[in-house]
Amino acid sequence: MRDKLVIIGNGMAPGRMLEHLLKAAPERYDITIFNAEPRVNYDRIMLSPVLSGEKEFEQIIIHGDGWYIKNGITLYKGHKITAIDREARSVISDHGVVKCYDKLVIATGSAPMILPVPGNNLAGVLTYRDLDDVHAMMLAAQSRTKAVVIGGGLLGLEAAAGLKAREMDVTVLHLMPTLMERQLDPAAGYLLQKAIEQRGIKIKTKASTKAILGNGKVEGVELADGTVIPASLVVMAAGIRPSTSLAKDAGLEINRGIVAREGMLTSDPAILAIGECAEVDGHVYGLVAPLYEMARVAALHLAGEGDTKFVHNDTPTKLKVTGIDLFSLGDFADGADRQEIVLRDPSAGIYKRVVLKDNRIVGTVLFGDTADGAWFHDLKKKETDISDMRDTLIFGQAYQGGAPLDPTAAVAALPDDAEICGCNGVCKGSITTAIAKKGLTSIDDVRAHTKASASCGSCTGLVEQVMKLALGDAYNPTAVQPVCGCTTLAHDDVRRLIKAKGLKTIPAVMQELQWATSCGCAKCRPALNYYLVCDWPDEYADDYQSRFINERAHANIQKDGTYSVVPRMWGGMTSAKELRAIADVVDKFGIPTVKVTGGQRIDMLGISKEDLPAVWADLGKAGFVSGHAYAKGLRTVKTCVGSDWCRFGTQDSTGLGIRIEKFMWGSWTPAKVKMAVSGCPRNCAEATCKDVGIICVDSGFEIHFAGAAGLDIKGTEVLGLVKSEDEALEVIVALTQMYREQGRYLERIYKWAKRIGSAEIRKQVLNDKDKRRAYYDRFVFSQKFAQCDPWSERVSGVDKHEFQPLAARAPAQAAE
Amino acid sequence: MTFIEVASIDDIPVRGARCVKTAFGRIAIFRTASDEIFAMEDRCPHKGGPLSQGIVHGSSVTCPLHNWVISLETGKAQGADEGAVATIPVKREGNRILIALASLQRPAA
Repeated sequence: MRDKLVIIGNGMAPGRMLEHLLKAAPERYDITIFNAEPRVNYDRIMLSPVLSGEKEFEQIIIHGDGWYIKNGITLYKGHKITAIDREARSVISDHGVVKCYDKLVIATGSAPMILPVPGNNLAGVLTYRDLDDVHAMMLAAQSRTKAVVIGGGLLGLEAAAGLKAREMDVTVLHLMPTLMERQLDPAAGYLLQKAIEQRGIKIKTKASTKAILGNGKVEGVELADGTVIPASLVVMAAGIRPSTSLAKDAGLEINRGIVAREGMLTSDPAILAIGECAEVDGHVYGLVAPLYEMARVAALHLAGEGDTKFVHNDTPTKLKVTGIDLFSLGDFADGADRQEIVLRDPSAGIYKRVVLKDNRIVGTVLFGDTADGAWFHDLKKKETDISDMRDTLIFGQAYQGGAPLDPTAAVAALPDDAEICGCNGVCKGSITTAIAKKGLTSIDDVRAHTKASASCGSCTGLVEQVMKLALGDAYNPTAVQPVCGCTTLAHDDVRRLIKAKGLKTIPAVMQELQWATSCGCAKCRPALNYYLVCDWPDEYADDYQSRFINERAHANIQKDGTYSVVPRMWGGMTSAKELRAIADVVDKFGIPTVKVTGGQRIDMLGISKEDLPAVWADLGKAGFVSGHAYAKGLRTVKTCVGSDWCRFGTQDSTGLGIRIEKFMWGSWTPAKVKMAVSGCPRNCAEATCKDVGIICVDSGFEIHFAGAAGLDIKGTEVLGLVKSEDEALEVIVALTQMYREQGRYLERIYKWAKRIGSAEIRKQVLNDKDKRRAYYDRFVFSQKFAQCDPWSERVSGVDKHEFQPLAARAPAQAAE
Repeated sequence: MTFIEVASIDDIPVRGARCVKTAFGRIAIFRTASDEIFAMEDRCPHKGGPLSQGIVHGSSVTCPLHNWVISLETGKAQGADEGAVATIPVKREGNRILIALASLQRPAA
């Protein structure tokens, strides 16, 4: 029997602990994790780039669902542990799940401090802690204009920059005279304030919040001096407090955090505490490097490899706001036994200060140019005597010993044990070894194998220097992103050359454009197939073996290998006859799950592949055709009931939606396309978060585009107002065709529009009537070849091999 | 080793795959662009995805569920992923494709 390990919390510390533990003792424990957040383990320090829109949530996941399954770990998402019973050695969740443990790890993290002022519970007051907070801020940023961030520390400034990037009017309130006073001296704090103000963010220092004003929801913030700052969103980022209540209720020893000793053990030897909730030698921590060190110590204990002590170590602080370079390390207070070396270059906005004690570095603050941060960190960690280079120390590593060196040479001069990635404790030697041994060539490879630059990313520049050193000319980070490893060409070049050279088959593209592989890969082949389908609709023979399984089988593959089927319901309209036909199919084939989709249709899930043609045959008899719910193509056109029924409807939104869907179904596009038509500005069809949407108004049809409501949330932009249904259809079709011809494979309309510019798109498909008509005509031409129902084709025998397994023949027959 | 016939080469699309259902689990039979034939368990080592439904390129297949790339020659996951699928010996006799019976008699995991 394996020992039972239960972990409360699924943040970065326990995630890292499990990585160590699974390496050291993979078979030792049955592992169960309770995560109060309803999701997998992600990189919390990367929330700021998610907020500012520079990254998407998917990009900051550390362990996806697959990792837990692969390692046999049970993960309860959205379960908060409400009590620990130390006598029975068990925990209970708010959903009533009880788990016994042999070892328990408490990693409950910390909670944001809520200022004890009136109004702190009004709607519109948020904290900045997890993905839910980020989502709430992103939503608020859409509809509200003024934001106040309370707290001018690391989190507060990152939140302010993120909200500003989302076009809010942001004011930061900070209690102390200068920003980030715990990490920066006043001079650097001043420079930081100037840099942030230059981005249009207002800063008020020495600002003491007295109350948050509002009636039900936030309307403003009142300061102690009586000033009132209007705001419809208030973000509290005034610090964090270790979450210890669970441990306290269980009777564990608590100080500021849960007191932990050797092996990260609490006062109960069966229970460990790690992360922001733990306290060692009177210190609690909020930066990732020490938390990862705790994780390592805890894993050693759990693996039975002895109890080591977590050792306090200074961690450099860096601010993750694009364009502001800031580095702070150690202790920089003045003192009688201390000396300092300062370099100021006001015109370049550079400030550097190194604090020395007994000829050794004890603290460093760098602003504006942080390239030497790693070097100073190394000198401090090794307690190097700097007497010999004292005169030139402040100019950085490049100026030591004669002529200035280029930045690569500076990195070359770093010893192998110099730390490059502070978050993950990766030193230069581990990176160069991994590059040489595993033949890594891209920054993504290096991240995957070494974890360097995989957390906060602020060392990416250094890692790239190391790669440049190791790889020489083979490394070119500024090169355009190629389609995949099979080519050096980017999507746009491939599309251009297909047209220019008149390439009409996948082998022709690969031959003429010098593909490095004989038949491509799963990334480039579907892209090429789409480009050829789009560019040569009448001549190109669709290559089904280059399509993803969903588009080959015309259904959506599910996690167990079964498929789901969604028939088209034009404009979301259905009838008793259709519903009866669906009900009959569900009964006849024993379909286990029937679900209403977000696109106003019905999804039947859990159908075996062999049954698909028969299911389609029955659906076809009732008049159904494929809904293309699996396609990089037109999906649905949602509608409301419009002027047919609704007392507010201004136009026949249902009719227009059906007309658009009947006109455009079957067309292939770079990525999926979802549309909607709302009959009035109340917008019940939610047209303003679609790829293309129409809001009907009394005077005509307002055409919207480039919305998103998936990984990203983005309201649409208005393309323009047209008077008639005919004109609306022509504009929408032209827009879609322009996107079909220019979009990169898998690039949604909102990303394409961001790249091309809304003004250019408006010019071509709305204002220039000739261009619009030409796009429209090309779309209509391609529809001649695209609009045939794939389901009925397959019912009549197309691609039979796709749906039937092979039959093994008796061995006797085969023996000869 | 006893081999049993499972298909004619024309049954499998070029750069494609078919699956054989056996009492011992599903087997995927692949045909590459250069008409090489490979067979392996139809289960991705990651989350059990049906590899026979993936895109075949070079001598690899990309799993349809989460894009793991599996070598048809060794059954091993490529790139930074780690894991392997059991491969099954294949023989060609003219157009007939035969796979090692012994591999079918091992109950599927």
